[in-house]
Amino acid sequence: MAQMKPHTEYLLRRLHTLSGVIPVGLFLLEHLFTNATATKGAASFNNAVDAIQSIPLLPYIEFFFIFLPLVYHGVVGLYVAFTSGYNAGKYSWWRNVMFVLQRITGIITFVFIIYHTWTTRFSGKAPTFDMVHQLVSNPAYLWFMIIGVVAATFHFANGMWSFCVHWGITVGARAQRVTAYVSMLLFVVLAGIGIDAILAFTHSA
Amino acid sequence: MTQTATATAKKTVHLIIERQDGPNSKPYTQEFLVDYVPGMNVIACLMAIQRNPVDKDGNPVAPVVWEMNCLEEVCGACMMVINGKPRQACSAIVDQLEQPIRLKPARTFPVVRDLIVDRSRMFDALKRVKAWIPIDGTYDLGPGPRMPEVDRQWAYELSRCFTCGACVEACPNVNERTSFIGPFAISQARLFNEHPTGKMHRQERLEALMGEGGIHECGNAQNCVQVCPKGIPLTTSIAAMNRQVNAYAIGSWLKK
Repeated sequence: MAQMKPHTEYLLRRLHTLSGVIPVGLFLLEHLFTNATATKGAASFNNAVDAIQSIPLLPYIEFFFIFLPLVYHGVVGLYVAFTSGYNAGKYSWWRNVMFVLQRITGIITFVFIIYHTWTTRFSGKAPTFDMVHQLVSNPAYLWFMIIGVVAATFHFANGMWSFCVHWGITVGARAQRVTAYVSMLLFVVLAGIGIDAILAFTHSA
Repeated sequence: MTQTATATAKKTVHLIIERQDGPNSKPYTQEFLVDYVPGMNVIACLMAIQRNPVDKDGNPVAPVVWEMNCLEEVCGACMMVINGKPRQACSAIVDQLEQPIRLKPARTFPVVRDLIVDRSRMFDALKRVKAWIPIDGTYDLGPGPRMPEVDRQWAYELSRCFTCGACVEACPNVNERTSFIGPFAISQARLFNEHPTGKMHRQERLEALMGEGGIHECGNAQNCVQVCPKGIPLTTSIAAMNRQVNAYAIGSWLKK
């Protein structure tokens, strides 16, 4: 990207951090929320899915507000992960370890999302409780889902911390420290909600 | 007391130095034993090797070369990797270091010879962000505006940067795949953007930070603030400049 016009790379990188929160991060929260309805039973989840299906212009919303930003964030993210150096072995300070984990969880999430959408959204099957139940009945797929959710929620929570620095919201050392604790709390809560929902799908309808 | 006692009891200081004869030669390591002197620093060890250039086994070797100047941690010249951390050799006191003391050049920069590195890229970065205050003119411009004391206090902290390169060495995003200018340059842009006269050229500095290898290359690993020998709040500077650059970028796009 060295031959690009002066501010192109700056713009691409800032759009990367922005797209991670709006809309990809917001979609993640919505998705976890919908999945959580599974803990109330199959009917509850199927109703939530039906409610989404009834949104007008859904294919366009899906494409422009989820698919495109997600692909953009993922592809630029792979480039970021590739160009980053990794020296946490030498300098094992907490933030440097988080820096590495952010990139590792990003790559895990990238792979996870491809397989996850392949087996659900692009599988041609109707998005019902039963479909997910069939998938998570396979222990390998269940573990794959759990790892994916943990990676995605970590990447989002820690990414929120990073976003606040990239956009000059948290400037001082204390503000960055406090938001780091908050982001880790957010990770634990979101990962818990996600895993709880996955386990709910293991019970038959 | 006991620590001082054991240190004095040690007769020699054991050093393992990563050496290199020229910019393109292969690195190799040599071990040295020098006489212990109470209160000595790494520079004193290197001076001892220079006076008597023999390795641990007594074989004569070429003396180890390094850079130094002030010897009181204000010039930044003697930055090297000591026991795995980039720091100034002059303020690295032998009594406070684990032995053997391992010395390496800061390899994020091109190695000239032994522990001497070429830090030109740092000065190029300072030129890129225009880390100075232009006051020269064809006539007397008169006194500049005064700086508020509250701002002067924190800006002074940033002015203590001596371009040693420890932050550049520790930063994971300064590598052969990026052109990142480094944390210090962003902090210096903040310093001169805050100065009442320097502020008059803030747009040029912000433009530079949006350019190639600019502020967007920072990945918030925050190693820079850990290794800075002057305790400069580099990560605060980076976040503050993120705010300035983003506001400027959005603002100038809307004005066009």
